[in-house]
This record gives sequence, structure tokens and C-alpha cells, in this order.
Amino acid sequence: MVAKFAMDDDSVVVVIGSGAGGGTLANELAQKGIKVVCLEAGGRHEIQDFVNDEWKSFSQISWLDKRTTSGSWRVAKDFPNLPAWIVKAVGGSTVHWAGASLRFQEHEFKARTTYGAVEGANLLDWPVTLAEMEPYYDKAEFKMGTTGTNGIPRLPGNNNYKVLAAGAKKLGYAEFHTGNMSINSKPRDGRGACQQIGFCFQGCKSGAKWSTLYTEIPKGEATGNLEVRPNAQVLKIEHDAKGKVNAVLYADATGAMHRQKARIVAVAGNSIESPRLLLNSASTMFPDGLANSSGQVGRNYMRHMTGSVYGVFDRPVHMYRGTTMAGIIRDESRFDPRRGFVGGYEMETLSLGVPFMAAFLDPGAWGRDFSSALDAYDHIAGMWLVGEDMPRETNRITLHATEKDKFGLPIPNVNFDDHPNDIAMRTHAYGRGSAVYDAVGAVRTIHTPPYPSTHNLGTNRMSANARDGVVNKWGQAHDVKNLFVSDGSQFTSGASENPTLTIVALAIRQADYIADQMSKREI
Amino acid sequence: MRVLDKRTRFNRRNFLKTSAASVAAAGAVSGGMVSITAMPAWAEGLTAIKPDAAKTLLVMVRDLYPHDRLGDAYYETALASMDQAAAKDATLAGQLNEGAVALDTAARKLSNAPYAAIKAEKDRVAVLKSIETTPFFRKVRGDMVVALYNQPEVWAKLGYEGASAEYGGYIHRGFDDLDWIKDA
Repeated sequence: MVAKFAMDDDSVVVVIGSGAGGGTLANELAQKGIKVVCLEAGGRHEIQDFVNDEWKSFSQISWLDKRTTSGSWRVAKDFPNLPAWIVKAVGGSTVHWAGASLRFQEHEFKARTTYGAVEGANLLDWPVTLAEMEPYYDKAEFKMGTTGTNGIPRLPGNNNYKVLAAGAKKLGYAEFHTGNMSINSKPRDGRGACQQIGFCFQGCKSGAKWSTLYTEIPKGEATGNLEVRPNAQVLKIEHDAKGKVNAVLYADATGAMHRQKARIVAVAGNSIESPRLLLNSASTMFPDGLANSSGQVGRNYMRHMTGSVYGVFDRPVHMYRGTTMAGIIRDESRFDPRRGFVGGYEMETLSLGVPFMAAFLDPGAWGRDFSSALDAYDHIAGMWLVGEDMPRETNRITLHATEKDKFGLPIPNVNFDDHPNDIAMRTHAYGRGSAVYDAVGAVRTIHTPPYPSTHNLGTNRMSANARDGVVNKWGQAHDVKNLFVSDGSQFTSGASENPTLTIVALAIRQADYIADQMSKREI
Repeated sequence: MRVLDKRTRFNRRNFLKTSAASVAAAGAVSGGMVSITAMPAWAEGLTAIKPDAAKTLLVMVRDLYPHDRLGDAYYETALASMDQAAAKDATLAGQLNEGAVALDTAARKLSNAPYAAIKAEKDRVAVLKSIETTPFFRKVRGDMVVALYNQPEVWAKLGYEGASAEYGGYIHRGFDDLDWIKDA
């Protein structure tokens, strides 16, 4: 029985966003008997609606509302209005995520202590340790059915993995396998096993890949405690005279405005929209934006050090067949400043279809050098490089000075400059990526620049001290105790791992905290 | 290892279907969104791009993304998607027609011949290099990289199989059939 709550029901927890953070939090609270209204800006597209077609799918599920960019990053030049490639739909970016589910390493929770004072970086230790997170990582992995944990076998390696693994072996790398993937290698939790379809980024047609769309959300709805409202774009969070949040203003699909009252509000709109919403919620009491006494809302935007290496071979590979990211080399994710940078990076298999390969291989390129790579499309193996980037105060989301969205609110601008550490790491990673493919006889390797950001982090970061960040170790706003941040924007630093598992683990942990605080009448 | 037959199987109906989606996708990449509409094929005549300009643009698109294995039809289809957009956008139509004239002017300056009449590809590439930063060039390049490579017929020629869910994925169709690495 799906719940339906009244707009003036001020006992509900309003969760804004239904992805890894919001969708998980909504279900976890609902399971505890807490009433939840989940407002999702996008529509509800179920598995049968997904299409195995890159551009059609892009049009169907991507967040395409206009954004602007600035700074020296290449994305600003090639995709000035598409800083991030994320999803606007029920399930959020868990609809198109690859499934890679890695725990952060102990030292990565202590970035400032481990890396020291890196010039031009705004590093800070997390107010949470790996030891505190471990029980929640356990729960997240169990919930998501992560391969290589809980006795769940790893996925079989596809052709793209075989090339990666052979290269890794030749180079003497020690830790490489098909990853810790939240994609069923055998039927589990009412969902089938991976069919090696290959369109992980377009929404999993078999449902083998964990997504809140068909796991957390229907489970939460089944409790009778969760109501999900799709096509509900939140415009503003409101507060009472004491500075506690008490309602959320949103527009429905027709543009009609609604005010949902709330006991608690949790923001999980990803790292561009979440700070934008807090900034757009400025009031007389909070003139710089909600929860922004530190001035850190929107700052420390991280997108991971990324890049891709493609290896062209004289024999066929057909990299696009099978699970896109089931392949990883982990050796370079260690902390080893002798390489010329702090932090580490992962090397993960990746493939794009011809349409996206053409658009993203080397944006702006033309001529035979470019087209000859596509001529060899079925002879290419690919990997994605993903590593820790440095938080910088000047890398930030701001409200655009003049441009407004259709509701009259300022659109977000994303400013980003690579830190010298990011550049040094990328150079190293390109070199090692090429070496992997050269070791198995690549005739050509291609270094592809970062795609529009899929990992968006850090813009409402956690801090032990209220002056350094936006939320405390529970994701609770330092300034407003019944306001929470529940997505990757609460990350204090980025680590080298794909962020989703940590977002889910934090959401499970946050749900425990919220339930505890509610029962104690603290919030 | 299961490899693909890359010989041409020409099918006009699929061209119509896919080039329509390309218009919207191109909009997303180049910044603006354009609605998805039906598309007339090249053979049925372009509406906004003038015949002389069309001839020039066709050679230009071939030079931008040269694949000797691809016949003109694929490039014509890509260009037809742009003509369709230009039919509803007078500014774009002007940009394309005037851009083609400007391309000829640049060609005469460097090679004493209109663009499409320059024999050697390297000489035409030099002309393109000379206009590489113009909005006209960037528009054609950005839209064509989507429209050309979003055609299933082109995918087949490049060894990409497109949608796979309706065939049961690749679990029984070669996801791990790579056989030239012995210890993989």
C-alpha cells in the first residue's frame, strides 16, 4: 500500500532526491516506521522504458536543465552547458551508474593528516573513520549485493577485461579482478543475474544492477510509510522563526507550486543541485544561504581526477560486449607520494558505443587521426582512470548572476580548475594505462580527456568544526539541526574510489541517527 | 571469436528513424536542445541548404570524418538532419549557406579553386584548418559528429552491434570470446 501524505502533514521527513543517498535514506527511514515524502525532480522511468541507444537514453534520463561552466577545465570548453553527466529520474544516478562499489581506504578518511598541507588545496580530515564506517559498508554491500563480498562470486570477465588483465599481469600488478560490483552475478534479492548486455549506463534492462529505482524505493513504498512524488522540482527550503526548517516549496509537472510541510528535511540532489538549493533558500535569517555560516556551501567541488585510455589492437576486442565496468586494477590506488602526487587512482574497464565514442574520444577533433580510431572501433579496449582530486575553495557551485531557470531561480555555474596534483596524477595514470595496453601489443593508445563529471562531490562537506564545513559527521547541518545532507556533496574529500557505496553506507548510518534523534525528541 | 560482417546493407527506413534522434542529441552536445521530428532523406531534396552549398558541405563533412569504407549516403543522411533543423531556423540556414560560400572563398585563396573542386584531401584539410575557429565550422563539426555516428548502418560498418537487450545481451553471444590472448 503506497502512502499518500497531506501537504500540511508536518510530521513527515522530506527527502529531496531519490538516488543513492536519497532513495536509500527514504527506504531506511520507512523501514523504521518513519513517514517519508521523497520529492524527485525527474520522472519515473521503469526498466521496460530503458533503451539500448546512447543518445536516446541520454535524452530520456539525463539532467539537461541548463548549467554554465567556468574555469580552466576542458569540459568548460567542450561541453559548456553540460558540466555533469548525471540522471534526472526516479533512482537518480543509480539508474546509469556502472555499479563499481569500493570501500574508501583508511588513510583516505584522513586526507589532511596523510597528505599534509598541499598548497592550493583545502584538505580536511573526515570527522568519520574507516572503523566507524565498516559496519555500514557491510550493510551497504549486503543491501546492494556487491560481488566479492558476502560470499557473492565476482562477475565473469568480458573481452575488455581480458585485455586489461593480461596487461596488468605483464606489468606485475598484483590486485586486478572483475571488481566489487553491485551487479548480480547470480540471482539475488528478487533480481536476476547479469546478462552481459553492455548498456549499464543507459539503465540496466535486466535489473541485475542495483538501483534505488527498483530496490530501495519499491521496498520503502511497500511499508506504507514512503510516498515518492516524481516530477517534483524543489525550489526552496523554508524555516520557522527559530531557524528550524519546516517546509519545502516545489513545482509539479504542470508548474503548479506546492508547499510540503516537514519535521526534517534531507537534501540529496547531487553536488550541483544540493548546494544550489541551499543557496537559493537564502532568507533574512540566513542571508548567505541555508546552512552556510561557514561560507563553504558550494565550495570544494570535486569531480575525481579522471581520464580514459583506449588501446587499439590488430585483433578484435569488441569491448562493448558485457558489463561495462567489471574490471579493475587497484595497485595504483595506494598512497605513494614518490610518484609525484598525493592520493591514488583506480584503473577500471570502460567502453562507449560508437555514438558516444565519437562525441567523447577527443571532443573537437576531426580528420583522419580521429576517424582512424573509430575505424578500429571493434579492435579497441578501454579503461577509465578515476583518482582522488584535491578539494579547492575556488572550485565551486555558484548562482548565476543573470540566467534564471523556468521558475525564475538562478541557474548554477560550475567553476573548476585542475589542481597541479590532479594534473600530475592524470599524467601518471595515462602513462600506466598506456603501458597496460602496450604490454599486450597495442598498436596505438589514445588518451581521452575527462568526460562531463559523473562523480560530483564535496559541495556541502562534513567537518568536525562548524567553521570548516556545512554538515557534521552525521550529515546534519551545523547551523540547522533538522536539516540533513544525504548525497555525495557531504564528502570531505574524494578518495580514489567510485563514490556510490560510501554514499549508500552514509545514508544507512544517517537513517539510524535520524531515527535515534527523533525518538529522543532532539529533532 | 564472433566477428561482424561489415558489408553494406542499405536500408533507407532506418536512416530516417535514426537521423531524427540525432538532431536532439546534437543539440544536447552543442548546447541547445532541438525537438525530434521526422526527416526527409537527402534524395528527396534539401529544403534549407541550397544545392551548391550542399555539394560543398558534403565534401566538407567527408573531410571532417573521412571513412573510405563509407559511401556518400551516410554523409548525406547526416547532412539531411542538419537541413531539417535549418528549415526551421533561418539563422542556421543562413549560417550554413553563407558558411559554404565562405569556405569556397577560403579555398580559392589557398588553392585557386572552389572547395569541392580541390583534388587533394590534404589541400582541402588545409582550407578547413584556416576556418577551424569560425562558428560555422564548429557548428557543422559538432552536429555532424553526432549525426554521422548515430546511424546503425554506420555502427555495423565500424563493428558495433548496437542494442543487445532484445537479443538476450551477450551472455551467449561472445562477451568473453576473445581468443588471441592465451593466458587471459
